[in-house]
Amino acid sequence: MNAPTDTAISVSGLVKTFGNTRALDGLDLTVNTGEVHGFLGPNGSGKTTTIRVLLGLLRSDSGAARLLGGDPWRDATTLHRRLAYVPGDVTLWPNLTGGEVIDMLGRMRAGLNKQRRNELLERFDLDPKKKGRAYSKGNKQKVGLVAALASDVELLILDEPTSGLDPLMEEVFQQCINEERRRGRTVLLSSHVLAEVEALCDRVTIIRLGRTAETGTLSEMRHLTRTSIAADLAGEPNGLGTLAGIHNLEVEGTRVRFEADTNQLDAVLRQLTSIGVRSLLSQPPTLEELFLRHYQDDLRNGQKQVGAAVSS
Amino acid sequence: MSALVGTGSLVRLALRRDRLMLSVWILIFVVTAAGSAGATVGLYDTVESRIQASAAINKTPSLVALYGLIYDESSLGALSMIKLGAFGGALVAVFSILLVIRHTRAEEEAGRLELVGSTVVGRHAPLAAALAVTIAANVLLGVLTALGLIGSGLPVSGSVAFGLAWASIGVAFAGVAAIAAQVTSSARAAIGMAMAFLGVVYVLRAIGDTAGDSGPTWLRWLSPIGWGQQVRPFQGDRWWVLLIPVAFFVTTTAVAFVLVAQRDHAAGLLPDRPGPAEAGRSLSGPLGLAWRLQRGQLFGWMAGFVVLGLVFGNIATNVGSFMESPAARELIQKLGGVQGLTDAFMSTELGMMGVILSVYGIQVVLRLRSEESELRAEPVLATGVGRISWAWSHIVIALLGTTAIIAAAGLAAGLSYAAQTGNANDFGRVFVAAIVRLPAVWVLTGIAAAAFGLAPRAAVAGWAALVAFLLLGEFGPLFELPQSVMNLSPYAHVPRLPGGDFTAVPLVWLVLLAAALTTAGLVGFRRRDVPIT
Repeated sequence: MNAPTDTAISVSGLVKTFGNTRALDGLDLTVNTGEVHGFLGPNGSGKTTTIRVLLGLLRSDSGAARLLGGDPWRDATTLHRRLAYVPGDVTLWPNLTGGEVIDMLGRMRAGLNKQRRNELLERFDLDPKKKGRAYSKGNKQKVGLVAALASDVELLILDEPTSGLDPLMEEVFQQCINEERRRGRTVLLSSHVLAEVEALCDRVTIIRLGRTAETGTLSEMRHLTRTSIAADLAGEPNGLGTLAGIHNLEVEGTRVRFEADTNQLDAVLRQLTSIGVRSLLSQPPTLEELFLRHYQDDLRNGQKQVGAAVSS
Repeated sequence: MSALVGTGSLVRLALRRDRLMLSVWILIFVVTAAGSAGATVGLYDTVESRIQASAAINKTPSLVALYGLIYDESSLGALSMIKLGAFGGALVAVFSILLVIRHTRAEEEAGRLELVGSTVVGRHAPLAAALAVTIAANVLLGVLTALGLIGSGLPVSGSVAFGLAWASIGVAFAGVAAIAAQVTSSARAAIGMAMAFLGVVYVLRAIGDTAGDSGPTWLRWLSPIGWGQQVRPFQGDRWWVLLIPVAFFVTTTAVAFVLVAQRDHAAGLLPDRPGPAEAGRSLSGPLGLAWRLQRGQLFGWMAGFVVLGLVFGNIATNVGSFMESPAARELIQKLGGVQGLTDAFMSTELGMMGVILSVYGIQVVLRLRSEESELRAEPVLATGVGRISWAWSHIVIALLGTTAIIAAAGLAAGLSYAAQTGNANDFGRVFVAAIVRLPAVWVLTGIAAAAFGLAPRAAVAGWAALVAFLLLGEFGPLFELPQSVMNLSPYAHVPRLPGGDFTAVPLVWLVLLAAALTTAGLVGFRRRDVPIT
């Protein structure tokens, strides 16, 4: 556990209900100062609700939440001057231009770095003179991003900020976030674009059904997962089938293909080399696999429900 | 006809969404018509009494401008429905405009039509569906109104003519709204454009009706409101006139469909001009933002109220001189002479303006609600802007805006009235009489603020309260409700100025009530979740 000053966000046992729905059900989240923290979960898992509690917009039913050393509900306005937030669906005022919105939101925070604002407009290829109603979804999102990135703040809270951005702009976004990291700013990045989280984040928290399913660095998480291995062996693949930590073994003569628990990798490789290895291909687990494994249960249950609904 | 594919499903969607709203709107029209018919039928049981009353109206230009002429002075139906023919017709037009825009431009602006448009829906289907729903609603409104009037004891043929005249006004304005929805790219602007057209044609028929036989009476034939009146329900029932609004609808709708084909999705025909690349100095806090969002509407309302004030101030002095019959003179004497009559007229008109002004106040406060539910409040409240200062920024515009509007109207009415009488004192009397409307208006904005803060999903309570107080004021005396019930309406406590006694105590109570309601709303808003959608 880090000392409080090193922690930008700390949430424990957070519960929030809307009527009969339990949107957050004992959520834990710790974001260290200066890190880019990925906040992963499928739609409806509670990411936006968590962020709204952190912004003091929603009041939690129980649990503790601290933000930049303050109470998100009680100290909302003073904390808000030190952070910038981009909602998942940026809605603009139809008759205000993008440039006006960027300046106004900046002034409502601690202030705006004008040089950075103009630089960001150029990099994101955004026309600030258009009226809010004339922007496409992606361009609305860019208005929100420029407003946040050009503000002089310590913490950026971004809720699926790249929805609607094209791959070129996604690239610009990733560069910007890396620059923010170098400046020492803290970023909480909620997303379901796994490649984005993998490319940007120091640590990741995965949530499902309003609870924290997993949290840690990407390499820590990979330890909990499987590495896929394809090998051409010198002899018969004896003993592999009984070895602990091997899954989905496929044998075709001397060729084998399987998945190994990452923490059993040493024993598995020793067994392979004792037979003799002609070629070896190993792939570390991607976040995607990690993610899918967590949600496989949900998916299966979901399919069952769909199946039941169809058959009934 | 592939461009119309999917119209049926869109009609069902619209009916599903609006079934409650449509029923309530239609019911209000039917009940109002039947109620006022039922209330007046018993009042004029002799032909003489009708002729006397009708002649008095026809000789009063201000009433003719507002309501229209009575062509058959002996007709009971014409007399009982004179107040609702044109004025109610204008409200039917508003109903049609809002309904059409709601299902065309507003949907397109919100991006929902894109979702629908990507499914198997033809290019013309959304407009066709909106018009189908609107026409059906107007026809239903007309038929039910006719049945209501028959039920109240008016002749069958005239009742049907009246219901269809109302419906025909709604149908004509459906066509107007269909065009407005294509021309602009925002729903607000489209509604504004259609409403402006309504204002112009209402004035055209007013000029035509008051012109006298040698004047430009043909102007009334340029107005859909005028067409509705020229059907002359209960006074000959000229059915053929109904063909004009139908032809007008067919023409405007054809134009609208051509325009649909001419423009891109989400765009209007009028191009969006680029605006400033940087925010001006004033756009730096919640008040600056609220002012930017609300100022256009404020200026529009102010202009409208100045015109109303000028007209009322100008015609008030004529009210007495046009009542030449002995009975009317007797009435004038009872009311305290010509002075008393003009004062009573001014007081009534200013009271009406106070009620209309509440519409503005409620609308401004409820902007808070739409900003919240359309998720525009969230990014602002996630900055250093506190909840109270954000909510207060719109409420303060409601309070000061209503003050500015009624002051401008009082100024205009006072000046034009004093110019007529040549007595400088009259300016102050009329101006004060306008200002005393404010506390009651603020009670209504307070109700809207309280609903927003405490029960945001029921924020329409602001409108419900206005309708309830309006009905109480209109029908309370007719149904002889006890004074204690009538006193529930804040408007009942406004001193009857000019002419009546000025008492400050009820005004102080109204201000305190408004302050308490507003405070309750602000406190509630500070404590609750945001956004509640």
